[in-house]
Amino acid sequence: MKKTYKIDVDCANCANKMEQAAKDTPGVADATVNFMALKMNVEFEEGADVKSVMAEVLKNCKKVEDDCEIFL
Amino acid sequence: MNKKQKKVLIRIIIAAALMAVLLLLPLEEDSILRFVLFLIPYFVIGYDILKKAFKGVKNKQVFDENFLMAVATIGAMALGEYTEGVAVMLFYQIGELFQSYAVGKSRKNISALMDIRPDFANIMENGELVQVDPDEVEIGTEIIVQPGEKIPIDGVVIDGNATLDTAALTGESVPRTAQIGDEVISGCINMSGVLKIRTTKDFGESTASKILDLVENASSKKSKPENFISRFARVYTPAVCYSALALAIIPPVVSLIIGVDPRFTQWIYRALTFLVISCPCALVISIPLTFFAGIGGASKAGVLVKGSNYLDLLSKVKYVVMDKTGTLTEGVFKVTKIVPNNISKEELLEKTAMAEVYSNHPISKSLKEAYGKPIDSSCVLDVEEIAGSGIKALVNGYNLAVGNEKLMNLLGLQISPVQEPGTVIHVAIDGKYSGYILISDKLKASSKDAIKALKQSGVKKTVMLTGDSKNVADIVANDLGLDAVFSQLLPADKVTKVEELLAIKQANEQLVFVGDGINDAPVLSRADIGIAMGALGSDAAIEAADVVLMDDDPKKIAKAIGIAKKCMRIVYENIYFAIGIKVGCLILGAIGIANMWYAIFADVGVMVIAVLNAIRALRVKNV
Repeated sequence: MKKTYKIDVDCANCANKMEQAAKDTPGVADATVNFMALKMNVEFEEGADVKSVMAEVLKNCKKVEDDCEIFL
Repeated sequence: MNKKQKKVLIRIIIAAALMAVLLLLPLEEDSILRFVLFLIPYFVIGYDILKKAFKGVKNKQVFDENFLMAVATIGAMALGEYTEGVAVMLFYQIGELFQSYAVGKSRKNISALMDIRPDFANIMENGELVQVDPDEVEIGTEIIVQPGEKIPIDGVVIDGNATLDTAALTGESVPRTAQIGDEVISGCINMSGVLKIRTTKDFGESTASKILDLVENASSKKSKPENFISRFARVYTPAVCYSALALAIIPPVVSLIIGVDPRFTQWIYRALTFLVISCPCALVISIPLTFFAGIGGASKAGVLVKGSNYLDLLSKVKYVVMDKTGTLTEGVFKVTKIVPNNISKEELLEKTAMAEVYSNHPISKSLKEAYGKPIDSSCVLDVEEIAGSGIKALVNGYNLAVGNEKLMNLLGLQISPVQEPGTVIHVAIDGKYSGYILISDKLKASSKDAIKALKQSGVKKTVMLTGDSKNVADIVANDLGLDAVFSQLLPADKVTKVEELLAIKQANEQLVFVGDGINDAPVLSRADIGIAMGALGSDAAIEAADVVLMDDDPKKIAKAIGIAKKCMRIVYENIYFAIGIKVGCLILGAIGIANMWYAIFADVGVMVIAVLNAIRALRVKNV
């Protein structure tokens, strides 16, 4: 399953870091962050609980870039 | 500017003013007072960077630009280079502000270009016009679109007529007209007259929503240079940090061992210069920005690109394979020539149309359409169809035979074969040959220029695929100056032909297939890049293709390639320029020629130039 989220982040490199952090989160099959459109596309693994996975993604993103937001 | 940006701007102004004052004050070098005073602008401009750097270290994310800047400036302050310390922070912030402003601005520019999002729909409720959310309008609802408003949902006109501005969708400024019975698509602006429309789709499935969705998600498919840059940034920053560390330690230690003055301060200063130069911002921001601007510029021209990777591929197109019908030709059959023999043109057409009155064949339809007047079928008697040849009929007392060469031969008439593209309808009246009517699919007016433009843009081979007869296909190909043509193909053969071409091309050459999106989805997806044209209102085309031309002008193919080339040129300019200057400054810094000021230029200056260069991709008018 794929979902798109609006995000807020200030710099392009931070967006790259968010992408990496999201990819490394368990339950996420793949993720891309589009800095210019301020969007995150997340592809979830089969049977993953979207809500809890996204909470984890947000936590991991905050770890790599304090000044970011994902609008869940 | 948004709130955040304004705040930074104010901090920049305050810090710069403070620094100017401090530089004018007759302060003693190396005095504690001077150090303390310089700390004020330093913290004004840099407190958030320091905070972020600290948090980064805490979260084990050491090598980010905040950390680099923090270490470099703290180091400079510790070495007594107060001016440099503050200046690095100051210029870094100016650069960041500029970047965020430029990015925000181009975001806005592009959403303005794609200003097709309808905000409301008007529906009649108890005799009154009410504005509702287009999302809530069900299929089959009657909506009213007034002059100046956007059509919110795809539908069919059931009352009124108007001219529509489709510029936001197609990039073409020629208005279209809409009358009762016409299908209209969302995103067009009604310029005159009130239209009553019965919706045929949900809002989410309507053209405007689909296009917006496509453009907004476009840059998610990343291109090679973008992936290269993110990998590069991940390796490069730590590498420079370690070299800085090495630069600060190894030369002094070696000097100590061989008994020369170690000059610690000098080497530490050089190492700090390294850190300032190392920030990868210029690359990391300018590459995606270029693609974003390129995709935005392309959509302004009516070319929707589904991902930045396709811009990359488009710039390397060497083979262009095109479908004939609907792509290079109009895709509708029309009477294009009437050649009478001892009879007037009008009479020949009238008699032929009458003979065909009962037939529903596309050819008969086009004859009747060309005639344009109602036909009294009671004058047509004894209609006899001769399979594979034509029709015989008694029209107003005349014995008519309408059909191909075979039919004429059957009547014992010898005619010279006609060498023209299309279907030839010969007519004999009372056993005498009376001429022929040519029915063909017309070439698009711009097809010839389109092929020429493709050649000029460096395309090696232009190929046409068609299910049509060899005779017709060869004439069209000759007319247009195509390099190769394959005719009498079934839809499946088209895939095979494309695969054959894919096999002979070199790896870095790309093959594009252009079709009208009808029946060619398999070929569109098999080619390196599939371009669907005339996609207004055709969902299938938008889904199947990688690049979508909003109108059906074949010249847009070369335009799309041109835009892609310009975009990629800018991307590579920025990559070479930014990496070149940085490496140059790193070397100059290591041997002590470049000081902190060079470093600031290598960081902020390069970034500003790269961003300005990136924004050029938005301008596509003369590509």
